[in-house]
Amino acid sequence: MIAFDAVRVRYPAAERDALAGVSFEANAGTLTAVVGPNGSGKSTLVRALLGQLPLLGGSVTVEGVVTSTLSRQLLAQRVAVVTQREEPTFPLAVQDYVALGRHPWRPTWGAPSEGDRSAVERALRDAGADTQATRRTDSLSGGEWQRVRIARALAQTTNAIVLDEPTTFLDIAHEMACFELLAALAHAGRCVLVVSHQLNLVARFADRVVLLSRGQVVADGPPDDVMRGATLERVYEWPLVVSRDPAVGAPTLVPLRRRHAPIP
Amino acid sequence: MRRHPALAILIALLALSMLALMLGATVVAPGAVIGALAGHAHDDTTRLIVVSIRLPRVILAILVGAALGMSGAVLQGTLRNGLAEPYLLGVSGGAAVGAVSAVAAGASSPPLIALAAFAGALVAVAGVLALARSTGGAGDTRVLLMAGVVIGAFANASIMVVMAAASPDVTRNALWWMMGSVAAAGWRDVMLLGASLLVVGALLVHGARALDVLALGGDAADALGVDAARTGWRFFVLASLLAAATVAVAGLVGFVGLIVPHLARSLAGARARPTLVLSALAGGALVVAADLAARTVRAPAELPLGAVTALLGVPFFLWRLRAGR
Repeated sequence: MIAFDAVRVRYPAAERDALAGVSFEANAGTLTAVVGPNGSGKSTLVRALLGQLPLLGGSVTVEGVVTSTLSRQLLAQRVAVVTQREEPTFPLAVQDYVALGRHPWRPTWGAPSEGDRSAVERALRDAGADTQATRRTDSLSGGEWQRVRIARALAQTTNAIVLDEPTTFLDIAHEMACFELLAALAHAGRCVLVVSHQLNLVARFADRVVLLSRGQVVADGPPDDVMRGATLERVYEWPLVVSRDPAVGAPTLVPLRRRHAPIP
Repeated sequence: MRRHPALAILIALLALSMLALMLGATVVAPGAVIGALAGHAHDDTTRLIVVSIRLPRVILAILVGAALGMSGAVLQGTLRNGLAEPYLLGVSGGAAVGAVSAVAAGASSPPLIALAAFAGALVAVAGVLALARSTGGAGDTRVLLMAGVVIGAFANASIMVVMAAASPDVTRNALWWMMGSVAAAGWRDVMLLGASLLVVGALLVHGARALDVLALGGDAADALGVDAARTGWRFFVLASLLAAATVAVAGLVGFVGLIVPHLARSLAGARARPTLVLSALAGGALVVAADLAARTVRAPAELPLGAVTALLGVPFFLWRLRAGR
């Protein structure tokens, strides 16, 4: 479980807090999604969790332990984070890359243990990347690469996994596949927290949605409760309607052309 | 070769070293070389040539190549840039300024000169990083290399200023530093660089997996439990220390740190620990070969070692630059 409790963060020389007292919990067995417009504090949330930014107030806890009391290594043993950007400088074999997920657990010397090896194998299998094990990272397509990155996070064998915009640059099939994978991981018992721009995907897959605006939580609950036209219109400052998707009945957001927008 | 790259390079290194012990103004037969090394030379002249003149030179060349190869491999991983190299980053140039200034100020003990070289290297590193950051391009290959070239040019100019005001003796010394050479190799140089390489090399190989994680970028490294900023800086200092130690005993030898890690990665994949070990071995082989060429191609005249490695390195750099686009 990951809990943010009244977290406050401000960047140097910024006029307002990037996170102005954010509180919510992401529970085990649940796919929790954080959404919000650009600059709402989504990525800052991930950086605060990783300890890359000093907290002005509040705390982040992972499985009941306050993250600021943990070293980076101990934190990496509790929560795996797939950051937004990452590109290996030198191409590695996929299995060697995924094995880097074992880094927080491995002593400096010695070959990988049996446990390390089986964790890597299992991670590749669970992420559906086991057929790519011997390929090089620079030969993967965008969708395959995201899958392999998720495999690396799984190799950390943490119960909590955080992903920052995992579907950027992915086409429809790969977006869907990525969210299917995240939902499956969550429903197998993991705590999965995903930061995303893709409101419609989130509405279909997430069990819980946290809507951020200007560093504050403005709505928090099941997709049906959060995806309300009036709330989203106010937060995104753009005319839109929320309908039902014809296949599964999940709330679906349709942004409108400005000139056709109903006058409020 | 691909199955046992370390063994293949080790054999190449030994073969080149043997050639280097045999060839020169007097050619010594392989049997006589082995005899002299084993302590029962045919005659005093053979022993003098093989053991006292050529052996320290060959060993120093191996150590210089190993240190530069490792230094380059670490800088490339830390800066996430396949074109990083102590010479191109101005690190070696800074070390040369330190060493030349120390000599001009009257220092003559090798450890003191090495210390001055290290201080110069660190100042150069700090200068390059500050310059790159101030333009907002510390993560950009071209900006970083440009900053390195600028700092390197400044280092060269500084050495010339020191030379112009110094005695002929210091001038000769400074020229030697700028051209790079293992011709004056003595056992004291071998000990100094050997000890540095042993300590720093062990630390680097020890921490190699963190280098793999660092090569994924700062955010990913933080997420995997490696403090990217602190660990990166530590590797940077260690790599500079190695480069500075080579400058203190052999002057500026460029491009070895660029060529060798690429070769190592192409043979054994990109993981840092094998890359470091192979870079040390291949670096040794390359500098032994370059030094052999330097003293035999236009014998009895000697070419500067730094010129030979640059003649090899510049085409390689251009090729990598094109391949990297």
